[in-house]
Amino acid sequence: MNNNIVIHAHDLTKKFGNFTAVDHISFEVGTGEIFGFLGANGAGKTTAMRMLCGLSHPTSGEASVAGYNVYKQQEQIKKNIGYMSQKFSLYEDLTIVENIQFYGGIYGVKPKEIKERTQILLKKLNIENQAKSLVGSLPLGWKQKLAFSVAIFHEPKIVFLDEPTSGVDPITRRQFWELIYEAGNQGITVFVTTHYMDEAEYCNRISLMVDGKIAAMDTPANLKQQHSADNMGDVFYALARGAKRSE
Amino acid sequence: MIKHKIYKQFTAFIRKEFYHVFRDRKTLLIMFVLPVVQILLFGFALTNEVKNARLLIVNPTENAVSGQIISKIKASKYFTVTNVAHNTTDMESYFKSGNIQCALIFPSGFNTTSLKNNTIQIITDGTDPNFSKTVTNYLNAIIGEYLQERSMLQQVPLQINSEVRMLYNPEMNGSMVFIPGVIALIMMIVCCTLTAVAIVREKEFGSMEVLLVSPLKPILVLVAKALPYLVLSIINLIVILLMSRFALGVPIRGSLLLLFAESILFIITCLAFGLVISNSTNSQSAAMLISMMGMLLPTLLFTGFLFPLENMPIGFQWFANIVPARWYFLIVNDVMIKGLSFSGVWKETLVLIGMSVTLLSISMLKFKTRLQ
Repeated sequence: MNNNIVIHAHDLTKKFGNFTAVDHISFEVGTGEIFGFLGANGAGKTTAMRMLCGLSHPTSGEASVAGYNVYKQQEQIKKNIGYMSQKFSLYEDLTIVENIQFYGGIYGVKPKEIKERTQILLKKLNIENQAKSLVGSLPLGWKQKLAFSVAIFHEPKIVFLDEPTSGVDPITRRQFWELIYEAGNQGITVFVTTHYMDEAEYCNRISLMVDGKIAAMDTPANLKQQHSADNMGDVFYALARGAKRSE
Repeated sequence: MIKHKIYKQFTAFIRKEFYHVFRDRKTLLIMFVLPVVQILLFGFALTNEVKNARLLIVNPTENAVSGQIISKIKASKYFTVTNVAHNTTDMESYFKSGNIQCALIFPSGFNTTSLKNNTIQIITDGTDPNFSKTVTNYLNAIIGEYLQERSMLQQVPLQINSEVRMLYNPEMNGSMVFIPGVIALIMMIVCCTLTAVAIVREKEFGSMEVLLVSPLKPILVLVAKALPYLVLSIINLIVILLMSRFALGVPIRGSLLLLFAESILFIITCLAFGLVISNSTNSQSAAMLISMMGMLLPTLLFTGFLFPLENMPIGFQWFANIVPARWYFLIVNDVMIKGLSFSGVWKETLVLIGMSVTLLSISMLKFKTRLQ
């Protein structure tokens, strides 16, 4: 795995004035890994993720994504990553197919391939009959699954998921994670932030941020053992209890 | 190869924008119904011309002269003769009830040969000074015209005539003042408000993040957002020009090409303003409010098409200079109504170019810093 590092961060720091949102974090993520990024609200998860996605300039430190430098090669990074945010899934006033065509289009996927992959995708999600319905009319769970499929439609090396399952029922969340595993098996690295501790257990490896620093980073099994806890919730509680920042 | 790819990204984006526009009933309404309504409103309803003023004629002594004058008045579109009476007893009650708005009173024993009894009295309702003035002028003009016709026949030795010519608008068509103003107003609403709202909507939904993470160049996002509104505004312009030409009889005397070029320049100014607004706000309602207060109100008040700028205090006149619509209004007026060529409007054009460049630079700078 060490030979296939796709995300590399060393002493990555982001300051907003006097406030240090992300404080010298270092980690590595390998190809095909499902890397969970945990932390309480305000711990700095989103800021860290934004820096990796090329949305925000780090104040100091080193980082590379898919082999490209986050300072200088943001354009290259953007071509190799997919992104799905918690707030937005898809354009509600566009149909499923139109949404797919749009994202395929702006990522430069060839029209012929867009057509082929769209058919495969519709079949996989079992929504062939809804292809021409507006996304706004779909249930939230479908939207989220579709949004994830769209985020990896252009076959990126890494996909960043920012709390992708918030507000979704447990069954749909389960199905959603099956999609994530499938992407992992295809060699797509998944970088996911989440609030749900059961989801944390699904990850290959997790890092837990507290007050802008990484408080712990290991496999879920090891973390549970280290903190002699039965589940990730207890681990999280043990580590995040000392947090000074909170909402 | 790279250019080809950008083109593909761009068309995908533009297509999406058009879906947004055509699926949002509110946008469509603002875009296509509003201009038509405004043209009709300003063209027919909101006019300061006086038409069909209700007139009482008091004519105690009927003779040839009074008969000819009355028939001249009846023939004009400005007056509707509601009553003809022999005395003034009922006049005041007519005024009070609103049956009449003005009265023309011939003296008893009216004749034009003696110096006595030759004064015709004009009475109007002074609660509306503008109206009164206009009506008085019309009646005087009609009487004057009659006198002139008569004197031509009789060869009176010494006479001074004044000949009035209303340049560029001899038929006093009130629409001519409004159309350039309405065009400016509509362009402002469509380009500025809708563009600002369209961009802020992406921010509000969070889709802007997704777009910025994509390989689309940020500047491309802005251009792609603005372009559909540019196209729709041009279509709008064509509709307005057709309506004003054929429904309101406003001529296009200057070069159509120049008019379009200047309009596109103004549209770009509006779009740039919309971009600045969208970069400074994060909610659709705020964007709407700012563009309404910051753009529509000044456009209505300070372009000079509703209220003459010359009558305003010097501070307001100075302020009017920074309202883009003011300059565009001057240009449209010059090109459309007066038929001037580019040499007549180059100064105004330069001002608009300056404004566009400034606004575009501000929006680019703001857009960039937001990314840091």
